[in-house]
Amino acid sequence: MAEVSLRKVVKRYDEVEAVRGIDLDIADHEFVVLVGPSGCGKSTTLRMIAGLEDISDGDITIGGDIVNDVPPKDRDIAMVFQNYALYPHMTVAENMSFGLRLKHYPKAEIKSRVTEAARMLDITDLIDRKPKQLSGGQRQRVAMGRAIVRNPKVFLFDEPLSNLDAKLRVQMRIEIKKVHQKVRTTTVYVTHDQVEAMTLADRVVVMNHGRIEQIGAPNELYHKPATRFVASFIGSPAMNFVPCRLEDVGGRLHVRLTDRLAFPLPPARAARYQAVPRTDKLLLGIRPEHIAEARPHLHPGVEPFDAVLDVTEPMGMETLVYFTLEGAQICGRVNPNAGAQDGAPLRLAVDLNNMHLLNEVTGVVL
Amino acid sequence: MSAITIDKAGPSRKVKYGSISRDRAWALRWSYFFLVLFAIFSLTPPLYMLITSLKSSAEISAATNPWWVYHPTLENYIGLLTSNQFLRFFWNSAWVSIFVVTITMLISVPAAFALARMKFWGSATLATGVFLTYLIPDTLLFIPLFKMFVLIGDWTGIQLINRWYVLLFIYPTLTVPFCTWIMIGYFASIPKELDEAAIIDGASWFQTLTRIFIPVALPGLIAATIFAFTVSWAQFLYPLVFTTSTDQLVLPVGIITTLIKGDVFNWGQIMTGALLGAAPPLIIYAFLMDYYIAGLTAGATKG
Repeated sequence: MAEVSLRKVVKRYDEVEAVRGIDLDIADHEFVVLVGPSGCGKSTTLRMIAGLEDISDGDITIGGDIVNDVPPKDRDIAMVFQNYALYPHMTVAENMSFGLRLKHYPKAEIKSRVTEAARMLDITDLIDRKPKQLSGGQRQRVAMGRAIVRNPKVFLFDEPLSNLDAKLRVQMRIEIKKVHQKVRTTTVYVTHDQVEAMTLADRVVVMNHGRIEQIGAPNELYHKPATRFVASFIGSPAMNFVPCRLEDVGGRLHVRLTDRLAFPLPPARAARYQAVPRTDKLLLGIRPEHIAEARPHLHPGVEPFDAVLDVTEPMGMETLVYFTLEGAQICGRVNPNAGAQDGAPLRLAVDLNNMHLLNEVTGVVL
Repeated sequence: MSAITIDKAGPSRKVKYGSISRDRAWALRWSYFFLVLFAIFSLTPPLYMLITSLKSSAEISAATNPWWVYHPTLENYIGLLTSNQFLRFFWNSAWVSIFVVTITMLISVPAAFALARMKFWGSATLATGVFLTYLIPDTLLFIPLFKMFVLIGDWTGIQLINRWYVLLFIYPTLTVPFCTWIMIGYFASIPKELDEAAIIDGASWFQTLTRIFIPVALPGLIAATIFAFTVSWAQFLYPLVFTTSTDQLVLPVGIITTLIKGDVFNWGQIMTGALLGAAPPLIIYAFLMDYYIAGLTAGATKG
């Protein structure tokens, strides 16, 4: 087991920079998830850690040793691929033991390691089958087993659940978390699914355009996003953004959304945004769960307003409501009994204690 | 009662065939028509050979129905199989083919692996170049090749002309490019992650080739083997040019040169020799085809 560090790592393909100088420190035993949209450089970063891609600039260290020029087989890593990459002509046991057999481990040890990993992953019954006789979920377990038996310093996962259906994905997510709790191997996991990132990670690294946008614990990213990209990428449904500006009305700081709609800011927020120039073009960022039906007694900082709903989406435990404000589509989450109907007006309330204010030009959260 | 009203349009809809199945039925009829036509076309010559091989020389030259055997005899078969000459041709052909297949596989499989997977400067151009060499016809090559081997003989004293093993140097110029090309295609169809997984598991390039690629691409390997065997078994021009002594001849040339004496054609034995000569490829096809198709249908590379 070991820590992994990336120092100013760059990956260039001819003229294109896929990864633009990223710094990242992953502690021993840590589960770090790289998340971002397609083409953000997350898979390239993982493949550079694996040694499957050369790095154009910078340093990668595993367990304190610089591995820039170390071939993959000498990096003591194991990788799980999106399409499982099981050897089709080998049985499950042979697949799992391939790496150990290449390194001439004693037969007894290979057998005990394979048996132990198979037991951990609940695939003991499948040990003599070929990959084509397995379902997607079982194949992914075998791919994980192949990684576990090697007892490597680092586990690398490259979108391992993307080929599975939604239900199986949730189940395998839990399996991966359980495995990590047992073996505690340092893990780098790549996904484009922010739910996977949030649920699995000790720390999430949000990447965009080859750069790291923000690194933090899942809750930190959710509640304190640093940029508009992170704010919109983390959370489902995504955070709402409404163009706004600040103004002083009767000695209190207000956020003005439209000519007719302005909310007074709660004292803590007002103090925080006091220094923001009133002429700046801003965005109000508010998560759907902070727009709910207006209750008779509103807490301080929760401001009511009326909206005509465009669409409602009953989800069972809640109803998502969509309406338009200044050309922006806004999503709120209301109680299923709040009487939300398509095309009907509803009195809603926004919780400004949980608001975010962003600079519209730079996208930075203020 | 109104709840169980029967939809009268319902049953009638089921009887009609959809236009897709009608199209399919016609497509099948046409397919069968052309398949039968093609089968007749390609099976008639071997049938004629079989009929002729069962006739005596007298019956062949007699003005009887050529498609019927009135006095079947095995004298052609017995004559050929007891002649040392024919067996010599047969063994020469067999050795040449076995060695050529082995040499071809030893060269083209690693070459295809390198060209398909180990991306290096110029690998794509080289892959195309390999195929282009296959397109040069042997009728253009045999004179320069002959000159070359004569020169080698003059310089080194190693006489290769008129030795059956000279063919081991020549046939690979036909088989290696094509087999390399086939194998590049097969190797390229193996998911990239499979060799990456092997490399991370600690395999060298050579181990990746022998323990992952060759077993997974076995159908392709067999296709290439069949091709190489067929080419070397049936090759006519090169052995005709490079070998002349009777004990150095391979089967196709041997049959023609020894069974046609001046303007006398020993048709019965020629046909028998051709039929017997076609047997080894047929047996190999029959044996390997099962393997080949089993390998194809396993389709195990995906996922």
